[in-house]
Amino acid sequence: MMNAPAAPLSPYSSAPVASKIEVHTLSVLVDNEPGVLARVVGLFSGRGYNIESLTVAEVAHAEHLSRITIVTSGTPEMIEQIVHQLERLIPIHRVTDLTLRGGSIERELAMIKVAGRGEDRVEAMRLAEAFRARVVDATIESFVFELTGNAGKIDQFVDLMRPIGLVEVSRTGIAAMTRGPDAI
Amino acid sequence: MSETMTGAQMVVEALKDQGVDTIFGYPGGAVLPIYDALFQQNAIRHVLVRHEQGAVHAAEGYARSTGRAGVVLVTSGPGATNAVTGLTDAMLDSIPLVCITGQVPTHLIGSDAFQECDTVGITRHCTKHNYLVRQVEDLPRILHEAFYVAQHGRPGPVVIDIPKDVQFALGAYAGPANIEHKTYKPAFKGDLARIDEALSWIAAAKRPIFYTGGGVINSGPEAAALLRELVNMTGAPITSTLMGLGAYPASSPQWLGMLGMHGTYEANNAMHDCDLMIAIGARFDDRITGRIDAFSPGSRKIHIDIDPSSINKIVKVDLGIVGDCTQVLRDMVARWKERKLSCDPAALEKWWREIDHWRARKSLAYRPSNEVIKPQHAIQRLYELTRARDTYISTEVGQHQMWAAQHYHFEEPNRWMTSGGLGTMGYGLPAAIGAQMAHPDSLVIDIAGEASILMNIQELSTAVQFRLPVKIFILNNQYMGMVRQWQELLHGGRYSQSYSEALPDFVKLAEAYGCHGIRCADPASLDAAILEMIDTPKPVLLDCIVDREENCLPMIPSGKAHNEMILPDNETDLATAVDAAGKILV
Repeated sequence: MMNAPAAPLSPYSSAPVASKIEVHTLSVLVDNEPGVLARVVGLFSGRGYNIESLTVAEVAHAEHLSRITIVTSGTPEMIEQIVHQLERLIPIHRVTDLTLRGGSIERELAMIKVAGRGEDRVEAMRLAEAFRARVVDATIESFVFELTGNAGKIDQFVDLMRPIGLVEVSRTGIAAMTRGPDAI
Repeated sequence: MSETMTGAQMVVEALKDQGVDTIFGYPGGAVLPIYDALFQQNAIRHVLVRHEQGAVHAAEGYARSTGRAGVVLVTSGPGATNAVTGLTDAMLDSIPLVCITGQVPTHLIGSDAFQECDTVGITRHCTKHNYLVRQVEDLPRILHEAFYVAQHGRPGPVVIDIPKDVQFALGAYAGPANIEHKTYKPAFKGDLARIDEALSWIAAAKRPIFYTGGGVINSGPEAAALLRELVNMTGAPITSTLMGLGAYPASSPQWLGMLGMHGTYEANNAMHDCDLMIAIGARFDDRITGRIDAFSPGSRKIHIDIDPSSINKIVKVDLGIVGDCTQVLRDMVARWKERKLSCDPAALEKWWREIDHWRARKSLAYRPSNEVIKPQHAIQRLYELTRARDTYISTEVGQHQMWAAQHYHFEEPNRWMTSGGLGTMGYGLPAAIGAQMAHPDSLVIDIAGEASILMNIQELSTAVQFRLPVKIFILNNQYMGMVRQWQELLHGGRYSQSYSEALPDFVKLAEAYGCHGIRCADPASLDAAILEMIDTPKPVLLDCIVDREENCLPMIPSGKAHNEMILPDNETDLATAVDAAGKILV
């Protein structure tokens, strides 16, 4: 017979302490069938979870597989619950908490339209070069930059463009992947 | 050996292949081809209900009393939306259902056609899964997959929305063989190392308690048998949720009665003071836990559940075991014997002495009366006069439901059908019809309130048409009793809209439907009235006039802990029992 601890008091017996809010990135592999995105998004709205970023695209055409990357926030208990609730959805193959796995790579693509003349144009180009943003459209009074990076880098670039003549921003949301040889 | 047939014929073939003998439904334009296919066969009986909500609850009653999936067939638009309450009910109580809805032809979807609604959109949140069948080629697979999903893992309702053109289209039918789901693969077997750890904890516990729920019932009769074996070997006390009644026999001395908001004093205090809680197929619902930060503060908790999302959802547990109750309990029983484990008899004896002390408070007591029928007394007499028979009980929702749970004692699983999670008034009569369809020779009784019964009273017509001798036992207090009780508790006795001004004459109403009606208001004639109800071989409605302002006690008021119950002998101060924080809770 195994020995049970002498004082069987649960670590959870004490009143719950409010855990701190964490941001996690979840990778969700799903069957690419009608309604699957509505199931995922509806789960978040129905149960009061946050979506900070959402990216969806088919990743294996023959197998009809799509990969959804969701950035969400909540206490560690909430995040665990979100993962389990996602796993309950029938067309879902796999849910991986990349943040919990650690060391994943996250990238986002943004297009940033900036309008201006003279010194502002030069300044915009200089900053774009520093951020390795590419010019994908140009007129004599505007640029559209394409920038790839993590969300913080894009935020920073957008902030810098604001005084120069930021017109609008379009962002893809985050795509993410673990480092190393293994799949999720 | 695939055979060419229409989509409608495929539906009928698939139902036959799934062993379905009874379905509940209501026809309409978008399901006419399926109804035509049903007309041309004899293997499946169709029960025509009077409202689609009734069809779903009837299928639930059928499912709960048999353990097999219930099947519903309704039309598009209003047919589907009327089914939504029943589907949600089945979702919350994890009842396996397959609900087939008709849909407008595919080319009209999205055009706001007549009787069109976005059925899969509307039912996405109240089903375990749903399908819109866009082409007849997918239909056989979806039909069989739906039964698989509804019945495997944590059970639940599945909707299949079939456009009318798909019902007419010709295709190749395939049977259920070789259909396995590519993504849905629930775990059935619990982790053995964790099971061994759990058993060690049980053996070492000084004040253990088993807390079991509907998961044990859903897992099948073997789970209940194994639970009995395990609990009896340990000698520990056991309590069950509303959903779990019958898994463990109420006549056993180890049984503490139901726990939770209207549970017994001994069950709730034992939950509060235990040092080890073994939760099996239960989900720590708010009706069970009361105030969560004061929930069983000194215990370690083991949670066995087939749904990983149930574990740590409400209450953090120390040891979670994901698996089907039958399989986990089978391993637990086997390993308990192999390891020759036992609980410490001295510790248990001390624990039982404490429990006996709580039992002595007699928390289900009430003041008897010779003048007026006490609702608790009515249930007790019903129990005494029917216990020797082969009986199935369903209920509506409210005080009568709680009194039934407290005073009707269940010895076997699958005998008790009540709307637990959703709390759906109008559940009981159609559920009784479903159970009676499955068990034509048994005694099926709907314990009802006069308000709830009116929510699906039209199903009396169904009972008469199909010669189903269901009994409706109304505890008539002329109030929505539970609403009134809460208004007494929380709102200064201002009974806003909880009084029915114009109740029908239930006896005449029963007779109008072709049932037998009885009224009883005198305690002295109660037994005779109940016996007349039981012995009349047709649908009977017994309108039992009870004490009007009786409260359902004991009770854990909202926002209070398990050891802060209102008992019948300290009922005097109901109005101050709930504080401001508790008032906002439901």
